[in-house]
Amino acid sequence: MSDFVNDFWNFYVIVIVLASILACAVLLFVQSKGKVSQGSTMGHVWDETLEEYNNPMPKWWSWLFYLTVAFGLLYLVLYPGLGTFKGVLGWTSVGQHAAEVAKVDAQVKPLFEKYAQMDLAAVAADKEANEMGKRLYLTYCMQCHGADARGARGFPNLADSDWQWGGEPAQIVETIANGRNGIMPPHGHLEAETIRDLANYVRSLSGLPADSVRVAKGQEAFTASGCAGCHGPDAKGMAALGAPNLTDRTWLYGSSEATITETITKGRNNQMPAWKEFLGDAKVHLLAAYVLSLSTGGAAK
Amino acid sequence: MSETQSTYNYKVVRQFAVMTVIWGIVGMLVGVIIAAQLVWPELNVAPYLSYGRLRPLHTNAVIFAFGGCALFATSYYVVQRTCHARLFSDGLAAFTFWGWQLVIVLAAITLPLGITSGKEYAELEWPIDILITLVWVSYAIVFFGTIAKRTVSHIYVANWFYGGFILAVALLHLVNSAAIPVSLTKSYSAYAGVQDAMIQWWYGHNAVGFFLTAGFLGMMYYFVPKQAGRPVYSYRLSVVHFWALIFTYMWAGPHHLHYTALPDWTQSVGMIFSLILLAPSWGGMINGIMTLSGAWHKLRDDPILKFLITSLSFYGMSTFEGPMMSIKTVNALSHYTDWTVGHVHSGALGWVAMVSIGSIYYLLPRLFGKAEMYSVRLMTVHFWVATIGVVLYIASMWIAGVMQGLMWRAVNADGTLTYSFVEAVKGSYPFWAIRFLGGVLFLSGMFIMAYNMFKTIAGGRTEDAPVLAPAGHHA
Repeated sequence: MSDFVNDFWNFYVIVIVLASILACAVLLFVQSKGKVSQGSTMGHVWDETLEEYNNPMPKWWSWLFYLTVAFGLLYLVLYPGLGTFKGVLGWTSVGQHAAEVAKVDAQVKPLFEKYAQMDLAAVAADKEANEMGKRLYLTYCMQCHGADARGARGFPNLADSDWQWGGEPAQIVETIANGRNGIMPPHGHLEAETIRDLANYVRSLSGLPADSVRVAKGQEAFTASGCAGCHGPDAKGMAALGAPNLTDRTWLYGSSEATITETITKGRNNQMPAWKEFLGDAKVHLLAAYVLSLSTGGAAK
Repeated sequence: MSETQSTYNYKVVRQFAVMTVIWGIVGMLVGVIIAAQLVWPELNVAPYLSYGRLRPLHTNAVIFAFGGCALFATSYYVVQRTCHARLFSDGLAAFTFWGWQLVIVLAAITLPLGITSGKEYAELEWPIDILITLVWVSYAIVFFGTIAKRTVSHIYVANWFYGGFILAVALLHLVNSAAIPVSLTKSYSAYAGVQDAMIQWWYGHNAVGFFLTAGFLGMMYYFVPKQAGRPVYSYRLSVVHFWALIFTYMWAGPHHLHYTALPDWTQSVGMIFSLILLAPSWGGMINGIMTLSGAWHKLRDDPILKFLITSLSFYGMSTFEGPMMSIKTVNALSHYTDWTVGHVHSGALGWVAMVSIGSIYYLLPRLFGKAEMYSVRLMTVHFWVATIGVVLYIASMWIAGVMQGLMWRAVNADGTLTYSFVEAVKGSYPFWAIRFLGGVLFLSGMFIMAYNMFKTIAGGRTEDAPVLAPAGHHA
């Protein structure tokens, strides 16, 4: 798209830029012709003592000035600057970026291609591949999952062997490539007492201290309120939906009764972004292998 | 001729001169605090004392409070003495003093409260912008009114620069601050997207070019020849570099937006004019330093000349560095790093602060009826403490900046980044500590100056000097 709404502004820019650069040279040239006299003053006195010598401008300084003007004009021939004129070299900042990206892509392509053909588990066991994967991880993933990959509240720990969306190679690739959107629907419509019963029941599943009367009532409510629909009748979760296993000791948001009550009442909405378009399949493959290696021990251990 | 018209108005000069030192201490103290916050982040104790709010307070305080007061003080002094006439209006001059102080106090209140328009070096919200406009128009009336009633035919070169600075800052402030108010403390810029960015940096770079350069060159053109007791080196050079400087500065803004959404042609034009700006900038340095030729021995024991000549050296250095940094390939490395911060401070501390300090040292004894400052020795101490401070500051920022730029662009054989961002932050800590030390030294110098100033004022007289008749060469 042109930067100018019509040709007038194009010519306006060209004329005013050239005229302004040339005006600098003309100013210098005309003033250099003025009469000067080394060591004598201009004959004016201000504030008792202030005077000015009528010395010529230093030659080297004038040449420096002319040189920068000449450079400016030459630059405008070679590079964009005069309105829509693209410059003899045809350079653009977008083009420079594209060329640099293409160059690096061509350089690193064989490195990634090598592993893209390999089975994910084999890549996960490869030391060199893990180092590359780790560098990718430290660039794109650590902001949420942490430098040690142990996650944070709301961001899953990748270094353990618990998988919310499944730990099979294909599942890990899917999670990174296309992202995940985990939704725990809000259950605020339930009685507050029922929610507390549920929270106690969920705690008991992980072996945490809980009120036994509420646990019994919570177990009934678990089926009656539809929890089993996602988390399964045995509460062991469902990887296809990203519904967590409630019987283990892994907690994404926290295991206190208050936090679980909040999770049930208000629900949770969690998103893992999709990386396929940004990174490409080969890098996703390598990242998935690295993540897999974190829980299986990989080549490093 | 009435009694009041036969003297120069020194009262407003005295007020601004004293406040230059006071605001210098305040502004640089805030600078030292934020420098410390970078080294010890736990010093961000409360929202209103956090780095993000104190940083604009620092820049506004040193540029507009310290630098502004120095410009008001010296321009009012210079324009009277070189026009051989009292200020055009004592009332308006007093209004500029109290109005400007009010602007500064309002800035010191609103910025820590988080009230900001978000435009760099123009963060103050619209009601304060209007007050600035009123003060600035009054300033222009007093200054040009005094020029108009001069009793000499020629206008001295220092006044060209002061005049150019006053007119350009009025234009910059009005255009850049245009905004749509939504409440007393909130407004939105009149421009959008890349146009807003372009206007902002047209303003931003000319704030440097006119507020921090042209105005202080005016200062230089009076105090250097006065203190050296020598005529200005070349009238011809001052004509060419004045017109070239004020003309080309207006074009240089786009170099702040290299490799952004700004069209390529605009970036190129900004870069070209930034390079052409080298010679006009150096014209001022040459004219100042060469004025001393034949009197170099005076540098040895005159601390005022030490300050003035050193300031010109830093001016020459940063106006060489600036055009180099505007070249796209250099900018690709230096942009967003501490190199820029070092460049700014070689100008702000080395040039602006040093030339102001030298000029204020020249003024104080004359304004308070003394032969010289209370302690010449302390002025020399101040000079060395300040110089070491600036050198530490600039050198540490150069190293940190180049290091950051190289770390950010370093890639592994597989195309991934060699360093995460936080590693560059970690690597910067030692240099931030050195920068903090440099800042502490420069601030200590200002405390020495304040002590010397109050000792000089104590027991001084505050009489205004009589207006001198112009030298009789016209007769």
